[in-house]
Amino acid sequence: MAKVIRDESHPVEKPMWDPYVAGFFLGLVLLATFLVVGRGLGASGALARFTARIADTFVPTWVSSNGAFGGYFAKGARWWDDWLVFEVIGVVLGGLAAGITSGRFGIKVEGGPRITARQRLFFAFLGGAIVGFGARLAQGCTSGQALTGGATLALGSWAFMFAVFGGAYGLAYFVRRLWT
Amino acid sequence: MMPLKPEVWVAYTFAVLSGFAFGFVLERAGFGSSRKLAAQFYLRDMTVLKVMFTAIVTAMLGLVVLRSLGFVDMEKIYVNPTFLGPQVVGGLIFGAGFAIGGYCPGTSIVAAATGKLDAVAFLGGAMTGILAFAGVYGKLAGFATSGGQRELLMDWLHLSYGTVAILVTLLALGMFAGAEWIERKMRGVPAPVAKPDGESAAPTPAE
Repeated sequence: MAKVIRDESHPVEKPMWDPYVAGFFLGLVLLATFLVVGRGLGASGALARFTARIADTFVPTWVSSNGAFGGYFAKGARWWDDWLVFEVIGVVLGGLAAGITSGRFGIKVEGGPRITARQRLFFAFLGGAIVGFGARLAQGCTSGQALTGGATLALGSWAFMFAVFGGAYGLAYFVRRLWT
Repeated sequence: MMPLKPEVWVAYTFAVLSGFAFGFVLERAGFGSSRKLAAQFYLRDMTVLKVMFTAIVTAMLGLVVLRSLGFVDMEKIYVNPTFLGPQVVGGLIFGAGFAIGGYCPGTSIVAAATGKLDAVAFLGGAMTGILAFAGVYGKLAGFATSGGQRELLMDWLHLSYGTVAILVTLLALGMFAGAEWIERKMRGVPAPVAKPDGESAAPTPAE
């Protein structure tokens, strides 16, 4: 198995954007989606639809009767018929294009300096599972709640955002071996 | 009058385009890297906070200005309903997973698109977690659906839209100043544990 990549400095890499410049452009993209379709950005909602679609292949009756998924397959509804599904297809393409043009595209496992690639993959999966569960409970993630709800000044989205930072900072010390 | 709300296929084409721009900016911000994202939680790289709050303030002020000029009808823009309990508990769980996995859903999609196998594992985990949530939804539904009102910061604070926008902007500017200060401070602090390969963590003086 490949070693965890530690050294990120490739001479051919384009520099990252200044965080405030990147944030400004991200804000303009978000503003544009508000003004054109009246909705913001997201990610976990589309992942939930993809998950439901896969589950539907194996356990269709369970999916259609499930309270969390059922709506995606209600009569006349199509699982892919949602703004977020198309937006996430764009995210994949945009990420790929940016990775290739910046020289940061590369098949590798990235993680902290003290863990093996196998450990990193395990903890990435575990962290993903926890994030996936939390995102469904909160009805959104950093994109759909914190960013989008934050900009529209939704009270619950702001509560979510501070809870995310609280949960992450609260646990970070205990999992420092993964990253430092 | 905005939002324009075009017909569905125009909207979906625009969704792909705006998603493309979203993914592109996330990569250029460095968010295709779990180590950069996780560094936020060890106060060594405050990029996540800076990008997020700059984006929030930019979009928020854009809406405030366009609304005051009468170009946009805020009632027609989707506002996430408030489910305070589920959002706080879900957020704490989400944050814990973020610290362990090093990504959030959007950034893991970008990282996977740039070839990061740990991001692919994260996405597999996220879909498993989503499935697990659906599995226990019967038991959680009562709590998960508690709330659902359209509640804004201005309702909670009893202040006007413009005042809240100014307060949020000031909060963001304060956090930016704090982030720059922390980054300067941490630049001279060696990593908590010396790296195993003997790489020197020699402190470099701030500035």
